[in-house]
Amino acid sequence: MADLRTDFAGISSPNPFWLASGPPTNTYGQVAKAFDAGWGGAVWKTIGDPIINVFSRYGSVDLGATRMMGFNNIELISDRPIADNLKEIAEVKRNYPKHAIIASLMVESKREAWHAIVKQTQDTGADGIELNFGCPHGMSERGMGSAVGQVPDYTCQIVEWVKEVATIPVIVKLTPNVTDVTYIARAAVQGGADALSLINTINSIVSVDLGSFAPAPSVGGKSSHGGYCGPAVKPIALHLVSAVAKDPQVTIPISGIGGISTWRDAAEFVALGAGSLQVCTAVMHYGFRIVEDLMDGLVNWMDERGHSSLADVRGRALPNVAKWEELDLNYHLLARIDQDKCIKCELCWTACEDGAHQAIRRLPRDNGGPVVEIIEEACVGCNLCALVCPVQGCITMEPVRNNLPPTSWKDYIAGKGKLAARSAQFHTADWASSRK
Amino acid sequence: MADLAENFADIAPPLTPDYALLEANKCLFCYDAPCTIACPTHIDVPAFIKKIATGNLRGSARVILEANPFGHSCARACPVEVLCEGACVLNGRDEQPIKIALLQRHATDYVLERKLKLFHVGKATGKKVAVVGAGPAGLACARDLRRWGHAVTVFEAKPQPGGLNTYGIAEYKLKADVALAEVQDILDLGVELKLGVTVDSLEPLLEKYDAVFVGVGLGKTKRLGIPGEDLDGVVDALTFIEHLKTHPYHETRVGKRVLVIGAGNTAIDAVTQAKRLGAEQSTIVYRRGEDDMPCYDYEYELAKRDGCSFRFHAAPKRVLGNGRVEGLEVETAQGHETIPCDMIIVAIGQGPRTDLAWPKDDPRVFVGGDCANGGAEIVNAAAEGVRAAKRIHDMLAVGGGNGR
Repeated sequence: MADLRTDFAGISSPNPFWLASGPPTNTYGQVAKAFDAGWGGAVWKTIGDPIINVFSRYGSVDLGATRMMGFNNIELISDRPIADNLKEIAEVKRNYPKHAIIASLMVESKREAWHAIVKQTQDTGADGIELNFGCPHGMSERGMGSAVGQVPDYTCQIVEWVKEVATIPVIVKLTPNVTDVTYIARAAVQGGADALSLINTINSIVSVDLGSFAPAPSVGGKSSHGGYCGPAVKPIALHLVSAVAKDPQVTIPISGIGGISTWRDAAEFVALGAGSLQVCTAVMHYGFRIVEDLMDGLVNWMDERGHSSLADVRGRALPNVAKWEELDLNYHLLARIDQDKCIKCELCWTACEDGAHQAIRRLPRDNGGPVVEIIEEACVGCNLCALVCPVQGCITMEPVRNNLPPTSWKDYIAGKGKLAARSAQFHTADWASSRK
Repeated sequence: MADLAENFADIAPPLTPDYALLEANKCLFCYDAPCTIACPTHIDVPAFIKKIATGNLRGSARVILEANPFGHSCARACPVEVLCEGACVLNGRDEQPIKIALLQRHATDYVLERKLKLFHVGKATGKKVAVVGAGPAGLACARDLRRWGHAVTVFEAKPQPGGLNTYGIAEYKLKADVALAEVQDILDLGVELKLGVTVDSLEPLLEKYDAVFVGVGLGKTKRLGIPGEDLDGVVDALTFIEHLKTHPYHETRVGKRVLVIGAGNTAIDAVTQAKRLGAEQSTIVYRRGEDDMPCYDYEYELAKRDGCSFRFHAAPKRVLGNGRVEGLEVETAQGHETIPCDMIIVAIGQGPRTDLAWPKDDPRVFVGGDCANGGAEIVNAAAEGVRAAKRIHDMLAVGGGNGR
């Protein structure tokens, strides 16, 4: 059976699944319950000078009848006294010595303030520190959170202060609310960070109530932009994790965060370079119990594929994240419809006709035979029909052989390589008139 | 009494808002959707379902009722298993089809309960149309004629409008008050309704009106043509059902052992409702076999679930009794046999109208519904009424300059 044990920047945990800093990691009771359920680690809800929260803190985006496809919050860091949090962290560590317990910290941008909180935290026996340079709402207005994480110099400076006194690994949590996250990642590395975690939440307004015109979450009719997370942000997180992981100047481990809800999500983050995985929204939706399938599914997949440890998987997809100009222009695909599986909904036709390359032909329904067929000379292999088709395996994208060697745009403009003949394009005048 | 009310409760209760949202989002939103093709009124089913998914219930009901003025009652009484739901592409994925009827009810109930007015009277054209029969065909025709500004007078022999919607649909599918509320919505467009008026000739109407639509339905239930059928305790199905639908449940007399002769959908309505009224035994007697039954399969299944019995290959020969019915003599493969009973309901179909004739070649006379199609569903009547309205409108516009 695949081994899920994880060593992340010197922090060990029985599995890579950590609770991300947030509402599920606010108290001893929660974290202990999570460890009992199987979580490998927890990043404590950010500790700092206690704040006062508003009532009504979360908003969400439903997709059809599915709840919380996207989620946001305007909740601030812990509203509990620092001493209470530290006492409970020490207690968790004492009772769960094999689990990873990491303290998320955020204080004002003063050297003494950071020195003091880091020292206090280390006294608890915590395994590591995560610097919250990412929260985009509330705390950023007070010069903390993403206000730090959006400026490379500030990031580097505070990491340096922390590292002056830190005796345990320091993880820097990055905000996605920047133009290019790699600049911030490099600054953290320069400051001496032991690891990175990303992404923090994305600036957002999730909805507006059309009765009161109050954005959600409404605080007496008003709201503030909040941090967006949940399944909807996973693609953004995957991209940013891969961008940091591929950066030659970033040589430290990366903890992946952002919409992880299933073992598949987790495996994808690992394949793009994540060394540990942090989950929050999925737990806020379904509770700690989800860790069972996160682990079970991941192990079953690894066993089926013959991966004995996460190290076998880590970064395996990174070499395949290329620049567009490196992609092979001679790799051609053609959509194929398995007419035995087709249920005749014509979604492929309407999508291709109105939204893509007009490469599907409709046939009369009353013939009793197929109602759609691919116009091969027009198909550009874009995938849209296969993406909208509601029947698994009905539309497949099949490679079209040509005997030409791979030729990228880079090769092509350099005068190297030769392009294979291509499908007719819907926008050529001849093609358009031939459809009349 | 409580039990009887329960027995006649909606067989397909409305969806909760959460269920409706879930179901609406399951719809694939097919292009050139088979459900729409299958509907005789061609309601744009994916469009109305999408509107439910977006929370636009008013718009959803408008799509339904635009195509089918009887969208409320069709949502309850349509044989969707052989129409829209039977055509749903999800059947091809070996799944349950989308619950189109219940979603249609979800949207149309929304506007009916709130008395929202979705349609408006057109600018008066000065043209006058007479409609004979206030059933679904006639009123569907009247609704669209009013929208285009023509004056409409509807003549109805019964004391209430709605035709079989009011008097003849199984109580557990559609209740008279719902049927009447739906009708009122159409009448509110300024349709003049003359109740209790029997039209026995079109000639006076053709003198006074620019066009006449005939939607008078079928005639009486056919007679068995066997001895004893006039005995007390022998009743025709439509009379039985009409009594049930227009009186408190306990006022409709039902026997302990009821035989229903016939195996069409009306026979099923009769045998199930007799059972639900309290008959100990409620039995279909049919001269041919199970596979020959003209009723829909799901209606047969319903009767079986209701605990009704079936006697196949039993041809009625004589009603026995001394003043009151006591039994039915039938001929079977094994010879003659007497089935004891204390009530017989005859459901062997309606004959054509014999009390009103209409010219086939008068361009000002239009026909639709059961009297034209020989007897079909509400949705067919509504479709024919709507189509007739368009033809009437086109005809009236000739020379009148009232083209759409």
